[in-house]
Amino acid sequence: MNYSVRSATVRFGSTLALDDVTVEVPAGSVVAVVGGDGAGKSTLLRALAGEVRLESGTVEAPPRQRLGYLPASSGSWAALTVTQNIDFVAGIYGLAGDELTARRAELLDRASLTPAAGRLAAQLSGGMRRKLGFVMAIVHRPSLLILDEPSTGVDPVSRIDLWRLVSEAAASGTAVLMSTTYLDEAERAAHLVVLDSGRVLVQGSYDQVRAGFPGVVTQTSEPVREEWAWRRGRLRHEYWPGADPPPGAILAEPDLQDILIALSLARRHMVPS
Amino acid sequence: MTGVLLHAEHVTRRFGRFKAVDDVSMQVQPGEVVGLLGANGAGKTTLIRMLLGLIAATSGRVELLGGPPDRQRRRRLGYVPQGLGLYGDLTVRENLTFSARAYGAAEPLLPSALTRYAGVLIRDVPLGAQRQVAFLAALAHSPDVLVLDEPTSGVDVLAGASLWDTIRAQAEHGAGILVTTHYMQEAQQCDRLLLMADGRLVAEGSEADIVGSTTAVAVRTDNWAQAFAALDRAGAPVMLEGRAIRVANTDPAELAEVLKAAGIEASLQKVPATIEERMLILARGAKAS
Repeated sequence: MNYSVRSATVRFGSTLALDDVTVEVPAGSVVAVVGGDGAGKSTLLRALAGEVRLESGTVEAPPRQRLGYLPASSGSWAALTVTQNIDFVAGIYGLAGDELTARRAELLDRASLTPAAGRLAAQLSGGMRRKLGFVMAIVHRPSLLILDEPSTGVDPVSRIDLWRLVSEAAASGTAVLMSTTYLDEAERAAHLVVLDSGRVLVQGSYDQVRAGFPGVVTQTSEPVREEWAWRRGRLRHEYWPGADPPPGAILAEPDLQDILIALSLARRHMVPS
Repeated sequence: MTGVLLHAEHVTRRFGRFKAVDDVSMQVQPGEVVGLLGANGAGKTTLIRMLLGLIAATSGRVELLGGPPDRQRRRRLGYVPQGLGLYGDLTVRENLTFSARAYGAAEPLLPSALTRYAGVLIRDVPLGAQRQVAFLAALAHSPDVLVLDEPTSGVDVLAGASLWDTIRAQAEHGAGILVTTHYMQEAQQCDRLLLMADGRLVAEGSEADIVGSTTAVAVRTDNWAQAFAALDRAGAPVMLEGRAIRVANTDPAELAEVLKAAGIEASLQKVPATIEERMLILARGAKAS
């Protein structure tokens, strides 16, 4: 089953939060949305979750009871223990008795939260709290899982734990749409979507995005056009959208960070078509 | 500017019986950007608090700008903590005025991207813009040493690129910069890396030096979902990378056996681990011991 948002436009007052965005989330895949503050990541996720009204466009998503959603805020109740948090959410979906006990034990184990089962959510580290939020979002085995920045501010060990949990969900057939500010997570996703001021800058697998990147990137200590250059360590990288660098320039193999900076610069410097 | 800017020599810090920092020696020279890596609890923050003179070392020697980290020397320091250290109920302009006066410096000019926020309370300004304000506040007095905690985390790529422009310009003017981070993207911007685990300095140098001999196995197969499930059941630390599977710090022969038993055909390739996988393995090792 493929879920999707098609030609979606969302406006908050005079702000165009999403501008004609189409994203598909196939079963068994992780789709990662990247972009900065105000790019429209949360709005896209909330549109698929049915939490914002579209001005135009369509949403294809499962019914509420087949949907799991981890909001950008913690997603758990501070005054409840880890177990109480899980049981409360499970209860909403009608999960109880032995079935709940077994499911809870399995998820706590996979999230390495078993030793913390009796702790109040308020006493968990940031990483543990995000893992608890994740567990609460998948306790009812949703067919679509929406995760709003599950790893922001999380330490690297918990971040790898989280990615493993996300991988497991996808491997068992769940469609996963997640937002992230970390490009390595986007590279690891089967499909990545780059949003910039409400519009899709580029999307596809990392290989497709690399292959479809127009122009070339050069590396130098003295860029020719300051407004097309950025730092990478001690050197600068410079973008040539027309693939016309000066003779003798040293070409760089652009990574995802280079590609995103180059495309963002192009969007700002060029007259919109 | 010459001389070592930040210097720790065999520094240890205990909290009760817990050794938060254990016999660490390191330095930061003028003009270099040094990355300090490590998982939570590795001792990064404690080390920095000693270098800044906020807490004393239990043993060993700490020097800031060639002497003890006292008030006079701390005036020549710029620090941007992860929480940014701004006042949420003051405006952008008021925050900058306050920090400039505290350091006796001239108030910095707002770059054009920030002018529209001048009269807005910090708590109402987007995070990326808040980060830029924290930088302006920390740089207004032209510090000789900059300490930055995950300076570009959560910032979009263009704003991140412009922050690195600022950081690099400071280094080119002779400042020494210590960046604490968890992330590859930031580590790759540094000249030199230090890796801490369990209070100790365990590796130092380039990205390759940090990863050392740690490897991962890349598993490619048409049956990726089944392969993932089989390896996961066998207790291997599996992760997805697109449609490929990555397993850190494991013998490919063992994985091949698991996959064969599950009747899955796959190609296995030994590849260098990432910095994060190295941190994960160190953290797991520390917990086990």
